[in-house]
Amino acid sequence: MKRFYLRAIKDIRDNRFLTAITVITIALSIMIAAAFALFFINAGDVLTLWQKGIRMMVYLDPEVSETGRIETKSRLQAIAGVQEAHYISREDALERLRGQMQHHAALLDNLRDNPLPEAFEVTLQAGARDSDTLQFLAERISGLETVAEVEYGQQWIGRFTSIIKLFSLAGYAIGGLFFMATVFIVANTIRLVLYARREEIEIMRLVGATDRFIKIPFYLQGMIQGGLGSFLGLTALFLGYFYLTRHFGAGGAGEMFQMRFFPAATCAGIVLGGMVVGWLGSWVSLKQFLK
Amino acid sequence: MTDTRNDAIIRLFHVHKRYGAKAALQDLTLDIEKNELLFVTGRSGAGKTTLLRLLYLGEEVSEGQILVDGMNLSRIPRGRIPRLRRKFGIIFQDYKLIPTKTVYDNVALVLDAAGRKPSVIPKKVKSVLRIVGMEDRMNAYPPSLSGGEQQRVAVARAAVGDPKIILADEPTGSLDEEAAGLIMSYLDTFHTRGATVIVATHDKELLRRANTRVVQLRDGRLWPSDPI
Repeated sequence: MKRFYLRAIKDIRDNRFLTAITVITIALSIMIAAAFALFFINAGDVLTLWQKGIRMMVYLDPEVSETGRIETKSRLQAIAGVQEAHYISREDALERLRGQMQHHAALLDNLRDNPLPEAFEVTLQAGARDSDTLQFLAERISGLETVAEVEYGQQWIGRFTSIIKLFSLAGYAIGGLFFMATVFIVANTIRLVLYARREEIEIMRLVGATDRFIKIPFYLQGMIQGGLGSFLGLTALFLGYFYLTRHFGAGGAGEMFQMRFFPAATCAGIVLGGMVVGWLGSWVSLKQFLK
Repeated sequence: MTDTRNDAIIRLFHVHKRYGAKAALQDLTLDIEKNELLFVTGRSGAGKTTLLRLLYLGEEVSEGQILVDGMNLSRIPRGRIPRLRRKFGIIFQDYKLIPTKTVYDNVALVLDAAGRKPSVIPKKVKSVLRIVGMEDRMNAYPPSLSGGEQQRVAVARAAVGDPKIILADEPTGSLDEEAAGLIMSYLDTFHTRGATVIVATHDKELLRRANTRVVQLRDGRLWPSDPI
């Protein structure tokens, strides 16, 4: 195996230009695909973070008695998916509103009566924060006779979930396209190398070289090119990520959400995937060439 | 005309080779003995190169059978062709040296392809390059060599694997008399060491000096040899 490896290295050195083109092309393909995956992962993190903060506001009927309120709380807490139902009195609600309005809070001083209803702030268990479950829970809670209205930002959650689903589908589609494109590029580059060396290959066959003897160095070349290309693509992406988090990470969105890069195991997986793609490209072109 | 012998390493039975409607070889029956030095002669287009190509399965026969060292070429599976070719050392008319490899690497390729131990390759290659007088040019690349030198490297490559059979297609065709004499002396050396050597040539001077069997091809058929 060592001599096949040495031959592969020598072939790469002898065909520097073609090798460089292949490696750069693989690096670009991997970088674009990985950038998309990174965006998808971080968008997923944003959604998860946001989902953790999802609360359902359950406004009570103005006529509800204290007994009715206590009963409502216990009924809310009995519903599967509800983590906690925190009571907010009309006074507490007004104080919260004052806090949110900040400089404009003085406007509230002119109110004769507190117009805000009593409410329960319902936090949800982890498994109950998706759009469909939220809708189901909201309908169920609305059915309680003491409840006047339920609010949970349904439109935004629905849209965001749809966007994430779209990302997911697009991610698979783009990932598949990049995979095929990379295999195609590697296959064609190896074919160019094979074409340039067809006489040499013919001579090898005439002096008794087996197909295996001819193929293995090309497989190794494909794997080395794939691995190197993926590594360079990932490195470029990391530098981009580093620049972004360094210059735009602090303040604003950076305080609420920490962007993350692929874990080491995923990076290793991407490099291995690149090697597989390189091998596949070599396999495809050799299969056709050595027919 | 047929030519059969005992103790044959190569046997051709009614071999035909056609390219479309054109017949390159017709009804060729010929035995070549072990350790024979055989000359195949004939004009250009007579079928000499085709005959050699059929022997190492550079091409397949259209009809008939060829046996090489007990292997029936019509029945040989694709995976065993390399094993057949290792029985041969081939000197091509156009040398067929790899221009991007050194003289040493060109010769070593045969042993490498045959799966010989890397530790024995340098000694073997240097030894055969010494025989053909090219040991001091082993780091040179073929394009920097003269025609005679390239042919000597081709001879070294053909002989390095200790093949049972050496095929030489017009080995002296583009060489001057002195270089041609040298090439023939190397072939003689490998023949003396036990190889069967088949030389396809139309070089009359070479044939005149040959003290061995000569078969003549004319229009793809075996003909009685003309007196040289």
